[in-house]
Amino acid sequence: MTYIIPNFRHPDLPCNDLGYTRQSYEGGISTLCAGCGHDSVSACIIQACFDMAIDPQNVAKLSGIGCSSKTPTYFLGKSHGFNSVHGRMPSVATGANMANRDMIYVGVSGDGDTASIGMGQFTHVVRRNLNMLYIVENNGVYGLTKGQDSATTDLGSVSKKGEPSPFEPIDLASVALQLGASFVARSFSGDKEQLVPLIKAAISHRGFAFIDVVSPCVTFNNNPGSTRGYEYVRDHIAATGAVDFVPMREEITTHCEPGCCEEVSLHDGSVIRLHKADLELDIHNRRSALRTIKDYKAEGKYLTGLLYIDPDSQDLHETIGSVRKPLRSLTESELCPGNTPLQNINESFR
Amino acid sequence: MKRIEAVNDFVIKFANVNGTGSASSNHMFAKAIFRMGVPVSPKNIFPSNIQGLPTWYEVRVSEKGYLGSRGGVDMTVCINRQSMAGDIAELEPGGYFIYDSTKPLDLRIMRDDIEFIGIPFTGICRQEYTDPNLRQLFKNVVYVGALAALLDMEFEVLAGLVSDQFKGKEKLIAPNIRALELGFGYAKTKFECPLGIRVERRDIVGDSILMDGNTACGLGAVYGGATVTGWYPITPSTSIIDAYEKYSARMRIDPGSGEKNYACIQAEDELAAIGMVIGAGWNGARAFTATSGPGVSLMSEFLGLAYFAEIPAVLIDVQRAGPSTGMPTRTQQSDVMMCAYASHGDTKHVCLYPSTAKECFDLTAMALDLAERLQTPIMILSDLDIGMNDNMSPPLKWDDARRYDRGKVFNAEDLEVMTERFGRYLDLDGDGIPNRTYPGTHPTKGAYFTRGTSRDEYAVYTESGAEYTKNMQRLLSKWETSKSHLPLPAIKIAPGSNDIGVIYYGSSQAATLEAVDMLAEKGLVLDSMGIKAFPFSCAVEQFIESHETIFVVEQNRDAQMRSLLILECEVSPKKLLKVLNYDGSPITARIIDAGITNAIESISTHGYLAKEVINEESVAEKLS
Repeated sequence: MTYIIPNFRHPDLPCNDLGYTRQSYEGGISTLCAGCGHDSVSACIIQACFDMAIDPQNVAKLSGIGCSSKTPTYFLGKSHGFNSVHGRMPSVATGANMANRDMIYVGVSGDGDTASIGMGQFTHVVRRNLNMLYIVENNGVYGLTKGQDSATTDLGSVSKKGEPSPFEPIDLASVALQLGASFVARSFSGDKEQLVPLIKAAISHRGFAFIDVVSPCVTFNNNPGSTRGYEYVRDHIAATGAVDFVPMREEITTHCEPGCCEEVSLHDGSVIRLHKADLELDIHNRRSALRTIKDYKAEGKYLTGLLYIDPDSQDLHETIGSVRKPLRSLTESELCPGNTPLQNINESFR
Repeated sequence: MKRIEAVNDFVIKFANVNGTGSASSNHMFAKAIFRMGVPVSPKNIFPSNIQGLPTWYEVRVSEKGYLGSRGGVDMTVCINRQSMAGDIAELEPGGYFIYDSTKPLDLRIMRDDIEFIGIPFTGICRQEYTDPNLRQLFKNVVYVGALAALLDMEFEVLAGLVSDQFKGKEKLIAPNIRALELGFGYAKTKFECPLGIRVERRDIVGDSILMDGNTACGLGAVYGGATVTGWYPITPSTSIIDAYEKYSARMRIDPGSGEKNYACIQAEDELAAIGMVIGAGWNGARAFTATSGPGVSLMSEFLGLAYFAEIPAVLIDVQRAGPSTGMPTRTQQSDVMMCAYASHGDTKHVCLYPSTAKECFDLTAMALDLAERLQTPIMILSDLDIGMNDNMSPPLKWDDARRYDRGKVFNAEDLEVMTERFGRYLDLDGDGIPNRTYPGTHPTKGAYFTRGTSRDEYAVYTESGAEYTKNMQRLLSKWETSKSHLPLPAIKIAPGSNDIGVIYYGSSQAATLEAVDMLAEKGLVLDSMGIKAFPFSCAVEQFIESHETIFVVEQNRDAQMRSLLILECEVSPKKLLKVLNYDGSPITARIIDAGITNAIESISTHGYLAKEVINEESVAEKLS
């Protein structure tokens, strides 16, 4: 790998609607292992933001601790980022979002950061339906501490040391569904065609959007017997269907076959078009999503794609009734009641 | 028997059963005396329980304006047979014991050096009311009525308080006044009123208010411009959030939309509570949380992050008796060390120590300025005593010309004209305080990555020892700068040149200053200093330097403030003598007086301090 990013870019590189090239959405050079699934996820985030012509300054990137949590430095270099403490990104994201509801919050976490140390905060950010995109780069292993099993390691999955995992794994997509997440998807870091539109849809969704991305660890969990290696995942993947994301400005021209194709309109006017592969799954029905995940798991398969969406959910600001304007931009005149009411308050304590 | 005779100078204690509605009657009693122009200091002594266990409410009446706990009880109103034996035993000789005489007294617990006044409160209510709930509720009002007669209080003042209390529920006024009359009439006809102790109208309280410190902190957060709160319920801090929400709902509603100009989020635990505060502070909002010792323990990891990454945050710690769950409804000042150095690695935090309700208000509002000015967590160390009890305090004031100090923040225009590279941790002004940018300020400039890992001045990750050290040194330079922004200590130099001084902080103020007066009457003149902030200012160091012997009064076992002074001011430990009380009750002037007197005697007899000045006697007494 190289440590220098060449500054030269071809002058005819395509620009998006804001006039930015894809380069404007890149970050620092990755220090993860060559071939790490997480770098592919970063690339998908860059692609999605470029395609959607998102203003990079309007994005805040947040993470916890671990390999996955390092990645926000590797995308959207023009955006503010916050690499917080282990398992606590959800609370920091909540506070940040409360301060300014106008920004896009992208949280990146790992299976250790979310399913173990951060399980408490994860469950509560889900149930509050905080308006954010929450990606778990799920490799089923603690990479940065060199190869320990995580809480999402499959029962019987063999680690690099050669020992099968003795514990039941936590399925984060199912947990999110049970706790009331309003957007739940699963994908694979090696499936850019699927992941990019899912990220776009998740950013457009108002409320908590969760994507569990199976993202193999090439160094510590890519060995024979592991259920998270590239080869195993490729052989055991099934999709709910192909996902197209159609932004608001684009006219929908193609025809949608009823039954096998479904369109979901999002709050910002964009549309998700789902070409169904599994006709049983009803993406508006939590129970259907949970059941389908289980059915596929019973067959030893990862079910990827969009699993559930409630496009009309209420985010935390709406729930608590906070003002439309970002709280951080309020000034003394709006915040400080002044001395006269204070004297009345004094009077009520005499 | 020589009964206690006193006007406007006594301690009365109510012994009740938790959950029977006694608190509001007891509060009415205290407020009535306050409205008669006489200083009062009520203290609610309650168990960690919702219903059934004994609870007490102590009111000190002091014409001289002494508001600390005095120690000892002159009159008890005992409505709880569970605690009666102990309540009788603790009464001062010559004191008065008012009890419910519906059932006869147990002769084994009688004393012949106190006066027993039996009033059949239960019997009176049984006769008057048929509903058992009303019997229970009005019993509390009946005894207040009886006290009005026995202590010669103005009945109209009580009637006025009832009217105020039930504004909007006028139907309840007449029955409450009737209950007051029942007690008043019974006492008037059966006893010679007033007793030896009584209340006389004065005009001493001026424009003071009777407010608990937690309400004042909540109001301070509203006035100081806090918009985001993450919090988790914990005694004794929760009423800060209650007050913040109550006054925000009243005064922080957007007139156009009816929406809230604030976000108050109940977190899943204290870790999340402080995480939300830090997230909001990072993103440019003023944010605070309120908790107690166990919460600060949990928040420590995040406090280290906010210190190192330099993020504004305000934390109000309403201290209670530790360690661990300790005595959750009893007071202490035992988080001093933990807060000063919370979190792993080299960390130090700015702490403020309010002593009155007014200071709770002022220092909370100030903390929100300081947090942004210094880009670091600011901790306010209140405690259960000032937090949950009504303090007679100077009124709250706000200068309408005051503007919030938002600290060093580069806005879009600043960044636009900037030709050099933005360095988040660059010390441009030489005061150790760098400039920050809010997320989302500028399309191409000013973005940076906030992290708890080491980084260079441009916020780029580094493991260079030189860069790390430089940053840690700058944090120390900022620490020095912070001293000039913090409130100065309250120093009182008595006439004459004095070798002996006394240091106090927070809720120990009232008892300490009273003890200073008591000692002066005995001819021992002391200078005093109330510490208001950590890091210590030069004034603190000078006070210590200019006295030969200094007593440090505090409410914890390990003399934590003394340790902090020794560490930070490099004072000889021999110079600082401990005066401690940590049994969960507020420290009293009597304890401080005895502690200092004994120490001085010991030093003058033996030439050295024979034993530690702690409240051993009273502890032994209570255990026996």
